[in-house]
Amino acid sequence: MTSSEALVRVEGLRKLFPLNAGFLRAPTSFIHAVDGLDFAIAPGESLGLVGESGSGKTTTGKLLVRLLDITAGHVFMQFDGQVLDVARLQRSDSKTFRRKVQMIFQDPYESLNPRRTIFDTIAEPLQVQNIGNVLDQQERVAELLNLVGLSPPSTYLFRFPHELSGGQRQRVAIARALVINPAFVIADEPTSMLDVSIRTSIMQLMQNLGTQLGVTYLYITHDLAVARYMSTRLAVMYLGKIVEMGATEEVLQRPQHPYTKALLSAVPVPDPRWTRTPVEIKGGISKPIDPVPRCRFYDRCPLAAKVCEDNDHPPLEDKGSEHYVACYRV
Amino acid sequence: MSETILRVENLTMHYTTRAGIVSAVDDVSFTLDEGESLGLVGESGCGKTSVANSLLKLLADNAVIKGGQIRFKGTDFVPLSEEEMRPYRWRNISMVFQAAMNSLNPVYRVGDQIIEALETHLGLYSHAQARQRVTELFTMVGLDPALMDQYPHEYSGGMRQRAVIAMALSCNPDLVIADEPTTALDVIVQDALLRQLKTLQEMIGMSMIYISHDIAVIAEVSDRIGVMYAGKLVELASADEIFHHPVHPYTVALMSAFPSVTGPKRELQTLAGEPPNLLYPPSGCRFHPRCPFATEICRQQEPEFKDHGGGHYAACWHPQEVTA
Repeated sequence: MTSSEALVRVEGLRKLFPLNAGFLRAPTSFIHAVDGLDFAIAPGESLGLVGESGSGKTTTGKLLVRLLDITAGHVFMQFDGQVLDVARLQRSDSKTFRRKVQMIFQDPYESLNPRRTIFDTIAEPLQVQNIGNVLDQQERVAELLNLVGLSPPSTYLFRFPHELSGGQRQRVAIARALVINPAFVIADEPTSMLDVSIRTSIMQLMQNLGTQLGVTYLYITHDLAVARYMSTRLAVMYLGKIVEMGATEEVLQRPQHPYTKALLSAVPVPDPRWTRTPVEIKGGISKPIDPVPRCRFYDRCPLAAKVCEDNDHPPLEDKGSEHYVACYRV
Repeated sequence: MSETILRVENLTMHYTTRAGIVSAVDDVSFTLDEGESLGLVGESGCGKTSVANSLLKLLADNAVIKGGQIRFKGTDFVPLSEEEMRPYRWRNISMVFQAAMNSLNPVYRVGDQIIEALETHLGLYSHAQARQRVTELFTMVGLDPALMDQYPHEYSGGMRQRAVIAMALSCNPDLVIADEPTTALDVIVQDALLRQLKTLQEMIGMSMIYISHDIAVIAEVSDRIGVMYAGKLVELASADEIFHHPVHPYTVALMSAFPSVTGPKRELQTLAGEPPNLLYPPSGCRFHPRCPFATEICRQQEPEFKDHGGGHYAACWHPQEVTA
């Protein structure tokens, strides 16, 4: 993929959260939540962003939809030949951006307004964007409810979120995100609150709609098994850095970074006959507060050597066939 | 063959709500041997936590055991009063809950909380002996004994869950019930904790009931597995049988809906519909509205929970012949 083809291009993206800042007092230290990310997403692709809690994957998602301000770096998005610089959006571009980029959140119990009907919830983006009159909007909402499998729409239009189950609410959230034909959807753990039997249908719904409507996804999850099904490429995050990135099956079958290997061997396997290789790393993930300029994974790495301690965090390098790894020892 | 320590027969438990009676646990029977680990798996609202709470009779005010027996080493818990139950709690059966932060009191040092449990339930320790015991327990669960004088907020999530396990083991119970103990944890921490639990179980020879919605975790820790659906135990068999020769269509559906990172990437199957509202459970087999094999008899009569050979129990009119 050349950079002109990419729908989303992220360059050196950083987000620092100040600590101990006060009135007239400068912050003494920073949490480096997202610390220099570079990646691109091609149109129609689904990039899975995986990592443990605290790895910075949700912060990345929020930066891309501008729910958080970007500390440094660039996010470029290209819609219909128009390139937007997300960190420095002009007022006139802001509307395009909001129409083309949508987000689906983890908790369908929290993300829907309990006092608005399903119709109001799904029609709101249309109203904000001034798309169509009331009749058009009603038609569009009904169309979307059919698409997400809530049919007949008339039985859902004027109900409230509390009358729906978790799976149905997540379907409403998906309908709301897709109602204005976005080009890029960021989904932050959209199935992790759902039960297994419901989860599969939501995963398939998102995949089918993605293909059908030509939506590009950034799929954020802690669950590698879910990411395997939902993404064409995977990026593994650790303490604000991408440590490995490549085609999903390539990364899962031939992981190269010691952290990815550990993460994969820690995932329980639904088969009592399977014996996993033991996890080699110890301890838990820490907070990236003013990290020492060396590999973020140094403290827990079974391969750590002098080169890892003496140099800054290793760059993400192509190890062949677009399989990128950030490690001196691979 | 080791001794059966727990025999649950036809256990039925109801919640009385303003909307009506919810039959959360309906006619559930199973046994547990000494040193055995039983996994209970099912989706939210299937009654797995209600079963666990019923075993210790740790019930909410609106919950009542309607029938059945809970025989622990020959004693039936069901007719016992609160007062009569107390000696069994923690000394014989202890519990590890999902939210470790809520199981620990934030204003007391972690070690002191375990000492309190020791004194309440065993009562024969001097302070020095008690601290010695806590040191032992901390070492057993893989915590540095020096941490016993710290407060819960100074612990990470995984460490807290280890401390809660130490507390559950403090009185050498015969049976530990673990209700989703690793659900809030990251995979690497979860992996370490699961290994520790298995090692401890073998070392102490205790029995364990492990409750989770995650069939992969259940596969790792269980000798036998019970699958619950809508308040019913629908299938009960050895872990290998459940995963490789499931009989009940719900178990089959659960297995084929679950993604895995290993092995070939197979197509995930969806299960139509949603679990029933237990205020108005369906007639006949509770799974029939979602079951691809349902026939007239499934709608009318409840299938019997019976042995399909070699201790493989299932409640289904149309048992499947699946080999995975």
